[in-house]
Amino acid sequence: MTIQEIDSGPVGAARTGEDRIAPTLRAVAGRAGDFVTRYGVLVGFIALWQVGSVQGWINPAVFPPIDRILAALWDGLVGGSLLEDVAISLQRSGIAFAAAAALGIPLGLFMGQIPVVERALDPILQFFRQTSALALYPVFILLLGLGETSKVFVIFWATLFPVLLATIGGVKEVDRKLIEMSATFGARRLTTFRRVVLPASIPPIFVGLRLSATTALLLLIASEMIGARSGLGFQVMNAQYNFQIPKMFAAILLLALLGLAANAILVALQRWLCRWADPANS
Amino acid sequence: MTVLNDDIRRGEVMIRDLSKSFALKGQRLTVLRNLSLDIAPGESLMIVGPSGCGKTTLLRILAGLDVPDSGEVRIDGAPVLGVGTDRAVIFQEPRLLPWLTVLGNVAFGLEVRGVPRTQACERARRYIRLVGLAEFEDAFPRQLSGGMAQRVGIARALTVQPEILLLDEPLGALDAMTKITMQEELARIWREEEVTMVMVTHDLEEAIYLADRVLVLPGDKGAQVALVDIDLPRPRNRNEARFVKYRQNLMARFGLH
Ligand SMILES: Nc1ncnc2c1ncn2[C@@H]1O[C@H](COP(=O)(O)OP(=O)(O)OP(=O)(O)O)[C@@H](O)[C@H]1O
Ligand SMILES: [Mg+2]
Repeated sequence: MTIQEIDSGPVGAARTGEDRIAPTLRAVAGRAGDFVTRYGVLVGFIALWQVGSVQGWINPAVFPPIDRILAALWDGLVGGSLLEDVAISLQRSGIAFAAAAALGIPLGLFMGQIPVVERALDPILQFFRQTSALALYPVFILLLGLGETSKVFVIFWATLFPVLLATIGGVKEVDRKLIEMSATFGARRLTTFRRVVLPASIPPIFVGLRLSATTALLLLIASEMIGARSGLGFQVMNAQYNFQIPKMFAAILLLALLGLAANAILVALQRWLCRWADPANS
Repeated sequence: MTVLNDDIRRGEVMIRDLSKSFALKGQRLTVLRNLSLDIAPGESLMIVGPSGCGKTTLLRILAGLDVPDSGEVRIDGAPVLGVGTDRAVIFQEPRLLPWLTVLGNVAFGLEVRGVPRTQACERARRYIRLVGLAEFEDAFPRQLSGGMAQRVGIARALTVQPEILLLDEPLGALDAMTKITMQEELARIWREEEVTMVMVTHDLEEAIYLADRVLVLPGDKGAQVALVDIDLPRPRNRNEARFVKYRQNLMARFGLH
């Protein structure tokens, strides 16, 4: 009763009008706040770089202003010189990553299912994994030459282990109780694998895939810095030799963006495959 | 002939001289010793006993998940060799597949047996209605309460229309109020589906509420198992004098008063 009286009064009316605007304002402020907490530090870092470089607080010969880096990036992409490097780098890491996934996931699913095989292969896998792929790169060069094959192979080699081991681990971790449940309904082994083990292994497989993607980029750059004449890794080195520092940072920036894009694609794919775990479906 | 077979759906269990022991710290631990028991088709048998006395072990042997050391189990005359489609198991946890909806989970049992999806879903829907979850057909397990999830598990077991339902403390994890509702639902489902029901429980009141007979497994392996007939009209009233008397009797067997 009291509330109604206040609401119908002139003061109440004014307040209602205010309330109508306030939620919109609050929403905008809220979103702005989200943006600031999420990207504030990044934006601040870029701004500090830019100002610092222009003002000479940091050495502009080593850290050129952001606008010059972006200009070099634009030139490289429009002029096509960096674009070709992006394409060749994508091809190398893409082929290696695809091959690692195509071999690692099925092999991991198989090994995780058959404990005897897993036990027999685990020591050698651990040994290979602990041997740095880069240390083996000279061996691969000896075997495969200094061309594309050895590059793709060293990336493939390093990329295989994260996805393989994550898949094995994922299959082994599948809840025994669910497998037993499936068996009590008369499911055959292959049916249980398809209906229970495989879906349950998807999240750990994606953890492995994301690790593999990061590894692929790392090895891509390293292999392109050793005896390559193209690719983003080569451009970083080459630009540095020729003292084209903005171009060097442009190539570094492209590599970072490549990594972010790869991760974003994998996250999106996992979200889509694991829609059941998404609270937004509620 | 097939029609006839369908009509005389049975679910008779014969247990003969069943023994089972486990190796524990280098010693043999006898869990079941020479257990013999007949369960009539359509009977409701509740198994009670102190923790560790072998209730789950017995149920797992009946399910075909564990193998006895000696003795045998026959279902409708045929010896049990592993899991079989004549039985369905409901575990203490619902064991739902988190990536399937309620409908998908309930249809799962039929689908893995090769029943076409549309047919499996049709049958699943009937049992989802039976356990009162028609509105939650498209929900995922993480969106369900514990009681709802357990009902999905029950519906999944019923959908394959087993002759024998094996339940291992299916209501153990539920709160007191949901538990009573679920007991009433189980009693109704058992009557409507005319299945043989073998259920392990810790709850003596639950046992008396649902049982035709209560099998009491002793904690001490030297002691004899006991069978208690529950001769009460259904639906049962927990506050009735005879019900209370049964409960006092059973409690006395465990040294409780
Ligand atoms: N796989 C196993 N290996 C070794 N010992 C086991 C195994 N399974 C059960 N046991 C032992 O057998 C005994 C009976 O176990 P069981 O699970 O049947 O008990 P229970 O009556 O179901 O107990 P609770 O009421 O606590 O569930 C326990 O002492 C347990 O330690
Ligand atoms: Mg138990």
